[in-house]
Amino acid sequence: MLDFLIEFPEWLMFNFSDFIDRAFVWFRSTFSFLFEFIRTVLLRSLDSVAAILNSTPWFIWVLAIAGYYAIDYFTKRKGIAWLTVAGVLVLWLIYYNAILINPHFVQMVREMESIPWWFIEQPRTPWTIYIVLVFLGAYSLTEWKTALLLSVLLFLIGAFGVWDAMVYTLGIIVISVFISFIIGLPLGILMAKSLVVEKILRPILDLMQTIPSFVYLIPAVMLFQQGRVPATFATIIYSVPPLIRLTFLGIQNIESDVVEAGEAFGSTPRQMLFKIEIPQALSTIATGLNQTTMMAVAMVVIASLIGADGLGRIVLIANRQIQIGEGFTAGFAIVFLAIILDRLLQGMANKLEYSEAGIDE
Amino acid sequence: MSKKENSKEKNKENKNKNEESKLMSEKHNEPVVTDDKDIRVEDVSVIFGTKKQRQEALELLDEMSPDEIREKTGATVAVKKVNFHIQEGEMFVIVGLSGSGKSSFIRTLNLLNKPATGTIRIGDRKVQDMTSEELRKFRRNDISMVFQHFGLFTHRSVMGNVEYPLEVQGIEKKKRREKAMEAIKMVGLDGWEFHMPSQLSGGMRQRVGLARALTNDPSILLMDEPYSALDPLIRREMQNELLKLEDQMDRTIVFITHDMNEAFRLGDRIALMKDAQIVQIGTPTEFFDKPANDYVRDFIADVDKTRILKVRSIMVKPTFKAKPGDSRSEVSKKVKDNDMQFVYVVDNNNKLLGYIERETLEESKAKKIDKLIKDDHTVIERNAYLSEAWPKLKESTYDLPVVDSRGRLRGILDYDLVVEALA
Repeated sequence: MLDFLIEFPEWLMFNFSDFIDRAFVWFRSTFSFLFEFIRTVLLRSLDSVAAILNSTPWFIWVLAIAGYYAIDYFTKRKGIAWLTVAGVLVLWLIYYNAILINPHFVQMVREMESIPWWFIEQPRTPWTIYIVLVFLGAYSLTEWKTALLLSVLLFLIGAFGVWDAMVYTLGIIVISVFISFIIGLPLGILMAKSLVVEKILRPILDLMQTIPSFVYLIPAVMLFQQGRVPATFATIIYSVPPLIRLTFLGIQNIESDVVEAGEAFGSTPRQMLFKIEIPQALSTIATGLNQTTMMAVAMVVIASLIGADGLGRIVLIANRQIQIGEGFTAGFAIVFLAIILDRLLQGMANKLEYSEAGIDE
Repeated sequence: MSKKENSKEKNKENKNKNEESKLMSEKHNEPVVTDDKDIRVEDVSVIFGTKKQRQEALELLDEMSPDEIREKTGATVAVKKVNFHIQEGEMFVIVGLSGSGKSSFIRTLNLLNKPATGTIRIGDRKVQDMTSEELRKFRRNDISMVFQHFGLFTHRSVMGNVEYPLEVQGIEKKKRREKAMEAIKMVGLDGWEFHMPSQLSGGMRQRVGLARALTNDPSILLMDEPYSALDPLIRREMQNELLKLEDQMDRTIVFITHDMNEAFRLGDRIALMKDAQIVQIGTPTEFFDKPANDYVRDFIADVDKTRILKVRSIMVKPTFKAKPGDSRSEVSKKVKDNDMQFVYVVDNNNKLLGYIERETLEESKAKKIDKLIKDDHTVIERNAYLSEAWPKLKESTYDLPVVDSRGRLRGILDYDLVVEALA
């Protein structure tokens, strides 16, 4: 008679998975406009980054790099120098999107008697540019030995024959980290500022970091079907917590004397944030960015399960077909990519921490 | 006892001094406080804890000691019903062991801590009633602070730190750098302005802290154990520099320390705090003469008074000062009323011009006092130690005028006072 205490009885069960399924369907249909919007944004950004990474010819890069060094040399303002780089790339992107891949335009040029010198039908970013960029970046952030090592690792990725897959993966990583940054930084600040937000976010972050990464793939697929959009979405969700947490920590751990000093001299909340709190927390935030990037690298491989191309896909296929060599090659490429990104971002964090020049303005 | 009464009377008489300070404040960059800048603290308590704990503690405040309240409610009573009056231009030192509530208290003056009870008035303004906009302005123009662990912005250079108080006011770069440079020079850090704080020694860092607190030219300077983190040699050097600096400017300084020697070296008046309350307030001499209880006696036991007592701490404020152009008969009457033997004459900036003896005043027939002024007086620097003042005092037949480094009359040193202090 007391059987139900031993064997779990059917009448005490309820269908939890069915409940979640239905909730999800409701969620998707109600907020379909939102997901359509996210989808478009993600797709556009992925395309843009892919265009910069894949189809930017060498002279644009040379222009950007030369512009950076020239402006840094003449004005001593790093901010303006970086804006110049961004400006050159964005201008190129507009030119590329609006004109170069416009079928009408391409048709028009093809019909001309002589094709003008500036028309490149399928521009390619040369691999050598990447190696130069990694070397320059690592050299300015760390020392020449590290710079050399990172360049060699990047060269090896090409030598393994997985260059294009790497660039594809890198594109997803760049976009995920960028969007994570846009989401994570304000959330981290808000969390540090408001006890209520902290109390709400803390358990959510805990949850997000304990849920196995595979679980994120399911809602991503349900909301965005297959492909690189859900892969990017899942990567963002997976990689944003450390950035939020470390931004929060960075701001919380500022010495109380420093915060008090800021207040005692009559800073407005905005001055407090931009002139004291964010600059003081910058190295911690950079560490957060580093961790977020590492999480993104890990996730983007897993995301190949839902149709993202790139290095992860090679590993996945190699796994299914038991091609040890192939799998390890792509695996090493992923490791190399991770090392390169990690060293660069860590160099950045260290540089911010020991910054001797300070931040003018 | 009589001395205290005296000083009260003098306060009343010195009301014209308030008018002076009004004139001075006009030069100031939009100060929020416009009356005299005396700090009046009434029944101020600071309680830390959750909202509920604070509420409970507040109800028990009058009945129990801070320790009992902590046990019962969990709230920390850091300051309990503290009262005092800091005069404009005074160097007021609050001394006490760590945990006695002195740091919590000083933070109520610029409202970094919100007092749970009582009122704080600076001049005619009640600090707690300021709107956030007013408070910001008050912090920008009237009051500034130096911190125990310096509180420097490590991401900014020395210049970046010192110019910060001006930067938040939106003063343009060139102008604020000029002013910041003045402050940097004042603390002797010129040549270091583009170094980062991490490249400086402890003493130099605190100089940056001090320069930063001086750039916006505040009338009140709060110093929260500024030299506690420094080693003894540097500490003494910094103390002397502070005295020198203080001598050149008209600022109220509220100084916190746990070191009795430091308190006696610096303070015009000292408040000793224990367990969130004030045990005794008074001038250094009053502490030696009439320690309020055994705790105070213990506290001052290892203070070497001959090396520490300064002229400034035992001088008295002049009862009455004459100005050139005053009518002889009036001055003569006042001198007579106050039973003075002579009167000191100062100009509009309080600079000592000379003295007139009572006999001369009474015998002369001149209308104005201008021609009667003699200037063969000896003066004493107010930061001189008593041992230096002693020989001069013995030679002089009259009380000696005490001046600051700009020659302004700050007080009068009486033979009897010195004997009394050293006894």
